[in-house]
Amino acid sequence: MVEAPKTYKDLPSTPITFFTTEDNKTGTWRTIRPVIDKEKCTRCYICWKFCPDLSIEVEKEGDYPNVDYDHCKGCGICANECPSNAITMEKEMEK
Amino acid sequence: MVNIPKFTIPKEEYVCKGHSACPGCGTPLALRYTLKALGKRTVLNIPAGCGGVILGVWPSYALKVPVVDNAFECTAAVADGIRAGFDVLGVEDAYVVGWAGDGGTVDIGLQALSAAVDRNANIIYIMLDNEAYMNTGIQKSGCTPIGAWTTTTPVADEKGWNTSPKKRIMEMLVANGIVYGATVNVAFPEDFIARLREAKDIKGTKFIHVLAPCTPGWRIDPKKSIEVARLATQTGIFPLYKVENGRYSLTKEIKNRKPVREYLMLQGRFRHLKEEAINQIQKIVDEEYARLLKKIKDTNE
Ligand SMILES: Cc1ncc(C[n+]2csc(CCOP(=O)(O)OP(=O)(O)O)c2C)c(N)n1
Ligand code: SF4
Ligand code: SF4
Ligand code: SF4
Ligand SMILES: [Mg+2]
Repeated sequence: MVEAPKTYKDLPSTPITFFTTEDNKTGTWRTIRPVIDKEKCTRCYICWKFCPDLSIEVEKEGDYPNVDYDHCKGCGICANECPSNAITMEKEMEK
Repeated sequence: MVNIPKFTIPKEEYVCKGHSACPGCGTPLALRYTLKALGKRTVLNIPAGCGGVILGVWPSYALKVPVVDNAFECTAAVADGIRAGFDVLGVEDAYVVGWAGDGGTVDIGLQALSAAVDRNANIIYIMLDNEAYMNTGIQKSGCTPIGAWTTTTPVADEKGWNTSPKKRIMEMLVANGIVYGATVNVAFPEDFIARLREAKDIKGTKFIHVLAPCTPGWRIDPKKSIEVARLATQTGIFPLYKVENGRYSLTKEIKNRKPVREYLMLQGRFRHLKEEAINQIQKIVDEEYARLLKKIKDTNE
């Protein structure tokens, strides 16, 4: 793993990137959260297909989908597209 | 035997979490599907626009493939340059993609694209059409449809909204002699991936026109983003078709086209439209659709 640059002297001669954006916890943007009801889920993976934030995770074919709440932005596409109404959007707790 | 549920698109992901697109944005989906179709030996050339900006701030990046951040006017030229370099090095198994927004294609990058088609550059050119200059705050582009509100076509009076039709980019390129062109929509991922897989190994310039919603720009509820995009095709406003060496064909048959009203009324950018204007838009869409069917008929005889 490359060290993050501390001063301009550490900058590379050409602007290449070192890290992925995965450390950005975009889940903090969210005001509503998707909750999957596995009883209703048919594992069609439509929610996985349409999540713009790669926050519906399915390990392998046959598994149930899980939400990555560190990155899910709460757009609600998954709930809107789920043909079995297995996903509900719930309000985040007020702090 | 028990049926094991299946993925309908490839499992591999080349887009990382933590990118900064707005909730419900269609652009990261288009990137996901494109890279699922082309795989990791792909180089993207992206100019200014949301497609480049949402990928992150140095030193972090949201794609697992190399990207050249090129100047606005020259996406197709830079892509062709990378291709030429690969050819010299003998790299044959990598795809070179120009990826620009609608503004970066039909307005700012048009001459570089037309020159690439003229040379029949061996690249895939993907236009991410969200129907305005979104990254700079929703200014009208050559792809903004009739009737739409934008910040430069404000709805102050009856005729404040955009009154010019979308530029016919596909027809420009077909007239230019492009070997392959197709329209795809983020609401139809399987079709999206099928088109790219079909295009990727054709020699010459391939043009892919992607429709992708922008939630703040279209004034839509983020959760409706895919629903709205799907309606664009179901109403015939954005038909899915391809053109191979001048021969047109539909890639998604729509049996009973839905009224355009259903598409328009879900979006704040069209909400000012009155009955008469909606009827006018319906008429334009019907005519355009008939023109497309005629082209299909004429080029297949
Ligand atoms: C030569 C030049 N002109 C203007 C800009 C400012 N600019 C940056 S992004 C952008 C909008 C791009 O619109 P589009 O290509 O449609 O992509 P979108 O952001 O909508 O995805 C503009 C005008 C620039 N970066 N460079
Ligand atoms: S869309 Fe609904 S039914 Fe399909 S996998 Fe997701 S939660 Fe399950
Ligand atoms: S709410 Fe949006 S970001 Fe969150 S998992 Fe569903 S589709 Fe993905
Ligand atoms: S402004 Fe529009 S195109 Fe840009 S990231 Fe947000 S939703 Fe996507
Ligand atoms: Mg745009």
